[in-house]
Amino acid sequence: MARVAAVTGNEAVAEALRQINPDVCAAYPITPQTELMQRFAAFVSNGKVDTELILVESEHSAMSACIGAAAAGGRVATATCGPGLALMWEMLYVASGMRLPIVMAVVNRSLSAPLNIHGDHSDAMGARDSGWIQLWSENAQEAYDNTIQAFRIAENMNIRLPAMVCMDGFIISHSIGRIEYLEDEPVRSFVGEYQPLNPLLDLDNPKSYGPLILTDQYHEYKRAQHEVMTRVKDVVLAVAAEFEKVSGRRYGLFESYRLDDAEIGLVILNSAAGTAKDVVDSFRERGIRAGLLKPRLFRPFPYEEVAQALKGLKAVAVLDRADSFGGYGPVFMEVCSALYPLAERPVVINKIYGLGGRDFLPQHAEEVLAELEEIARTGKVRVAKEYIGVRE
Amino acid sequence: MKDEGGRRKAAVSWRRTRGLTDTPFHYCPGCSHGVIHRLVAEVLDELGVLEKTVGICPVGCAVFAYNYFNCDMIEAAHGRAPAVATGVKRVLPDRVVFTYQGDGDLAAIGTAEIVHAAARSERFTTIFVNNAVYGMTGGQMAPTTLLGQKTTTTPAGREVSVAGFPLKVAELMATLDGAVYVARVSVHSPKHILQAKRAIREAFKVQLDGLGFALVEVLSACPTNWGLAPPDALRWVEEKMIPVYPLGKFKVPEEIS
Ligand SMILES: Cc1ncc(C[n+]2csc(CCOP(=O)(O)OP(=O)(O)O)c2C)c(N)n1
Ligand code: SF4
Repeated sequence: MARVAAVTGNEAVAEALRQINPDVCAAYPITPQTELMQRFAAFVSNGKVDTELILVESEHSAMSACIGAAAAGGRVATATCGPGLALMWEMLYVASGMRLPIVMAVVNRSLSAPLNIHGDHSDAMGARDSGWIQLWSENAQEAYDNTIQAFRIAENMNIRLPAMVCMDGFIISHSIGRIEYLEDEPVRSFVGEYQPLNPLLDLDNPKSYGPLILTDQYHEYKRAQHEVMTRVKDVVLAVAAEFEKVSGRRYGLFESYRLDDAEIGLVILNSAAGTAKDVVDSFRERGIRAGLLKPRLFRPFPYEEVAQALKGLKAVAVLDRADSFGGYGPVFMEVCSALYPLAERPVVINKIYGLGGRDFLPQHAEEVLAELEEIARTGKVRVAKEYIGVRE
Repeated sequence: MKDEGGRRKAAVSWRRTRGLTDTPFHYCPGCSHGVIHRLVAEVLDELGVLEKTVGICPVGCAVFAYNYFNCDMIEAAHGRAPAVATGVKRVLPDRVVFTYQGDGDLAAIGTAEIVHAAARSERFTTIFVNNAVYGMTGGQMAPTTLLGQKTTTTPAGREVSVAGFPLKVAELMATLDGAVYVARVSVHSPKHILQAKRAIREAFKVQLDGLGFALVEVLSACPTNWGLAPPDALRWVEEKMIPVYPLGKFKVPEEIS
């Protein structure tokens, strides 16, 4: 039985955390995440959860405390964004290197300088290589559903990796949308009792976490991290299948929108995908075979599946809400890597949009799709990478 | 007094400090940040150092301080102002450098930076604004939050067993040999405002005389996040904060005392 509500993205994720009732949350406030942990703090104060909420002095300490709590054998969650995630960077690698299944909501925010509190994906893309699983969410519903699934994925005994659930700062975190909540009981039985693996203070089997490993074994250790990442995809799909049974909502590695017979297509993450899907519909109404791919699992990246989904297209534009200055946008690089092994592949171009919260409007998607039509017709690319929505 | 045309001119008895620009403050009604800005600006102007001053802005409600202070300003990352100030002062040792920081910025995320800048006795001045909450992010518990004080992350009041004790920055800094001037002042009444200004002036004098690191902690009202009307917020400073954060000069170098 679903409960329908009108809530912000932050509220939706806080509600998921209430239902999951983690053992420990350590957090530091930062806009636009603050409201999420604040709502959770109210649950703690009102006795709605048993969570130990630790109000630490920085994000670096927040993640450090999460690492300690997870190593001690607790189910652990936190949330941050932008500069907070950047400050956690050292500890992100420690969490994944120690194989601790911490779940973190990332309310995507831009990075300084110049200082900006609005949404873009620079924060999570900067953490791309940190060994965390990344799930991305278009709206509050997906952020809620992904949070619940993230615990199951991260805590899977064959995985044991930390996972971050991303949603767009302000655009989703602060705007109210319709959401269908699950009841508490189905969520609790879906995530299940927490099963610690190698907790500290198991007196019969004493443990050390994170010891010094130099040239003798470090390389092998990192290969093991790579290998466990290759198993994540199947677990994500298995968890999604089970989640569909409880919720009726279907999730995959990515969302394919009208791609089957498409000639041109957009690849775009998070909230802007919602806007772009409307534009795809209007192109379809005009008889233009447009489609869209919205990645959900970005780390590990599902290369073969994305290649299969896009291989029949003539031209694809990857829209990135982050830039690798001097390179291409991060999603573009993955899509190109996915397509390269194909003998015949679509032409791919890269557009950078929406940095620091600049609006992504239907008109932007229209312009990009019109450019793709032109490329599909002539085979000519005007420019490989370009910023769109720029004020000149 | 006559002007050039021989007309009688009114004597100027008070002039807005040149230390501030004309930009109106964005602070909430009753917020003490504006008063503290003015005191710092007046001192810089009166010491005649405005033209050679560089300020470091925090992340917090004073993030826009660069719009108000009429000198060069740099925006630091949250908590890092003392490290940035160190860099500026080492390259420009004959300039006046100050950081302006809240209690989230200085006493939470940036505690390491301020302690080490003081331990190295860096020759800059820190204005530390203690309002017992994280103002900008909406009134969460700060390390300086009083016991029992309600904040958005301690809705039932700060409780020792889970959230520990208030951090007394002036007392802490006074233990460091490198911190040569440490004072705690308040701006909740005209008398206290004048005392605060004297302390701020002394802290800049310490820098001008090259004596070492100087810090002035200023107790400051945040009516918005305390949920109090501005006059009640000032009373709250006097009745609740001062007993926990006693005012006074904790360290004054002989040279200026
Ligand atoms: C790395 C990082 N973490 C968190 C934040 C969010 N943040 C901005 S201001 C602030 C607290 C400011 O409080 P305080 O320093 O007491 O100043 P006030 O607003 O009360 O004047 C926080 C936590 C940030 N900008 N950067
Ligand atoms: S929130 Fe508090 S500290 Fe910030 S401007 Fe308003 S009153 Fe001042």
